[in-house]
Amino acid sequence: MSVESLAAQIRSATGPLNITGGGTRAIGPDTGTPISTESLTGITHYDPAALTIIARAGTPLAEVEAALAENNQILPFEPILPGAALGRSGASTIGGVVAANASGARRIAAGACRDAALGLSFIDGLGQIHRAGGRVMKNVTGYDTTRLLCGSHGTLGLITEVALKLLPAPQTTLTLRAEGLEDGAAIAALTAALATPYDVSAAQHGAGVTLLRLEGFAASVQARAAALQKLLPQFALAEHDWQAARALPRLAPAQGETLWRISTRPSFGAATGAALRAAGASRIAYDWAGGLVWAIAPDTADLRAALPHEGHATRMNRHARAFHPEPAANAALAAALRQKFDPKSLFNPARMA
Amino acid sequence: MHMPPPKAALLAQKPAIVAALRRALGDDCVIDDARETHAYECDALAAYRCAPMAVVLPRSTQAVSDALKICQSFGVPVVPRGAGTSLAGGALPSADSVVLGVARLTEVLEISTTDRIIRVQTGRTNLSVTGAVEPLGFFYAPDPSSQLACAIAGNIAMNSGGAHCLKYGVTTQNLLGVTMVLMDGTIVTLGGGHLDAPGLDLLGLICGSEGQLGVVTEATLRILHKPEGARPVLIGFDEPKVAGQCVANIIRAGILPVAIEYMDRTVIRATEDFAGAGYPDVAALLIVEVEGSDAEIDAQLARIAAIATALNPAEIRQSKSAAESANIWKGRKAAFGAMGQINDYMCLDGTIPISELPDMLEKIESLSAEYGLAVGNVFHAGDGNMHPLILFNANQQGELEKAEALGADVLRACVAAGGCLTGEHGVGVEKRELMLTQFTEAELTLQLHIKDVFDPGWLLNPGKVFPLALTESRRA
Repeated sequence: MSVESLAAQIRSATGPLNITGGGTRAIGPDTGTPISTESLTGITHYDPAALTIIARAGTPLAEVEAALAENNQILPFEPILPGAALGRSGASTIGGVVAANASGARRIAAGACRDAALGLSFIDGLGQIHRAGGRVMKNVTGYDTTRLLCGSHGTLGLITEVALKLLPAPQTTLTLRAEGLEDGAAIAALTAALATPYDVSAAQHGAGVTLLRLEGFAASVQARAAALQKLLPQFALAEHDWQAARALPRLAPAQGETLWRISTRPSFGAATGAALRAAGASRIAYDWAGGLVWAIAPDTADLRAALPHEGHATRMNRHARAFHPEPAANAALAAALRQKFDPKSLFNPARMA
Repeated sequence: MHMPPPKAALLAQKPAIVAALRRALGDDCVIDDARETHAYECDALAAYRCAPMAVVLPRSTQAVSDALKICQSFGVPVVPRGAGTSLAGGALPSADSVVLGVARLTEVLEISTTDRIIRVQTGRTNLSVTGAVEPLGFFYAPDPSSQLACAIAGNIAMNSGGAHCLKYGVTTQNLLGVTMVLMDGTIVTLGGGHLDAPGLDLLGLICGSEGQLGVVTEATLRILHKPEGARPVLIGFDEPKVAGQCVANIIRAGILPVAIEYMDRTVIRATEDFAGAGYPDVAALLIVEVEGSDAEIDAQLARIAAIATALNPAEIRQSKSAAESANIWKGRKAAFGAMGQINDYMCLDGTIPISELPDMLEKIESLSAEYGLAVGNVFHAGDGNMHPLILFNANQQGELEKAEALGADVLRACVAAGGCLTGEHGVGVEKRELMLTQFTEAELTLQLHIKDVFDPGWLLNPGKVFPLALTESRRA
């Protein structure tokens, strides 16, 4: 189906539409007739010398990453691949990645998906086709609707195409590993590593294992690893499969359990983890040096109520109230914006409510 | 370029408006004497001037809220102002407006190197944000060339960039949270010390909204540890096209310099007369800077030199010391001042995909010949953000208009090449009427709807960003 026929379908819709990509990372409840980007596939523009790629929304993420690998380039934000952990069977699409603002371990060094989003095209709730942003790295022409659509989870418009900023793939990756650290000590080590000039590109802790990653040219990475070890002698060089880690392998909830994602400050990370355990969480893992906390808890536990500090908690499932409630003024602005983008309330109206 | 005429009814209410503002904020926070409001008549786009009805300089977020409520109750337009360094007329007042300046909001509220954040009031200057964390070994990455003077409030309003964006991003990539006041006085908090905010990315929408959606009074900014060191290499080419190729080859080789700056012969000669940095007299000059330890820098500069050497450069000068680095940067940093010495100039800000650089340089050259006005090129080649400087004589009747027409043609060419009208300066009043070359009317209408949500009465910085004809009924 073409962009134009999807727009026509939206124009003639009389009830809610559920915008879907690969179905691997949607959270919050679906409502309405499915309308899929699966027919919108293909890389439409790839300019390696400009560090830019444009792809139609339904293009599988794997296809985009394979094309980049051929040119020794990567998506800076290293999107997580939560499909298997969440029991989903589809193939992640690049549009879904952008709609979910899905970012992974490298977010601390290279920014989130929203930071790499240069522009996108989308269909609004009246079936009108819009372009937001463009394909250049600096663009302040008009309001930044690209970022507004990125992370809107299919509630503002149907994203048809995305333009993303790329990075050169690192020539060498080294991992530093420590074992047996308590959460507090581990996070202290991770934040200390980030407060250096050594360009740490991942900082994780979970199940008694604490990991730091360095990426770049071989000689440079080796020198930085040595400097970090001097600072943090409890860490040693180790092998780690960072690609496999994108799939959150230890974070698959069992029947009756929910995976939670909590965003907070690194300095609140350990206290947050302890409070979540007290509220019933059985497994905790930290990314972003403690600024991102993953927790598995019984469906009945309300981890949100247990948060001791600033931050917000997202239920990574299809239930109601998956998203953290916002203050009244923020919620009012969001609702009014949705009304402008989607006056007929077609797009997944219950999802982020 | 013209601004909407002031409303006589508002001008007539000036005494009541000023009295209400004085009651709420105190006498020392309100300026209405014409001799003093004069100081706020323009920003760095100094060709356009108009003193406002009054100026308010609140001392707190609450006072900003009080001032906005009063202005809303009178229906008086409000022009937010940071440090007044906008090159696009973003802080240009109208005669019936109140300028709301954040100059007195300069406190550092919190620094955490563990969380790599600083929280500041937004009247603080860009450079003094880095100054506050420098003793701890940290810095704030976005570095617009006005960083000594420009305020964080303006950086957020314009989503300011700088020379080091290729590696560190622009303001929006370094902004984690804001406290903002809506036109009706509502105080809103977006984001915070964590790396992402819940719900729609309103923070992303606010950044770059040119003071039309709210007045940002506090900001949480990402800070980073300073690199161990940084050094540039200077490379001269006899042909602009080859310099463009060199930029592409560096990036294709997997090197990510923190800055790639470009200067053409017109600018080189002007800066040599002015600063005497000892630049070679070449058609195109690149300054490529890399960061890291000494060994890392040497290794990267050697790679870059090898790439450049393959393209037969007229000159390569690799910095080996801080003094040599300073000398290489000396001319580039003086470029705008040097151009100002020889002529009046208009600085454009179009951005293009970097692969289009060689063609765009030729296009600019032919437009320059067609209009009979010289154009110098000095820009951030790494991210495609061009700053053609159109030279003209402001005292000669009609030359400003001619320069504006040439500028508009260059910007149209940028859009046609897959780029945009403005990469870091903003639309302001300067590029307002060109917006329809980049957007359809439906796309702009959706943007007008966004403003309707935040400021239904269209009182915050109206008459900017959008073609006047499109906003006339809303501003009525």
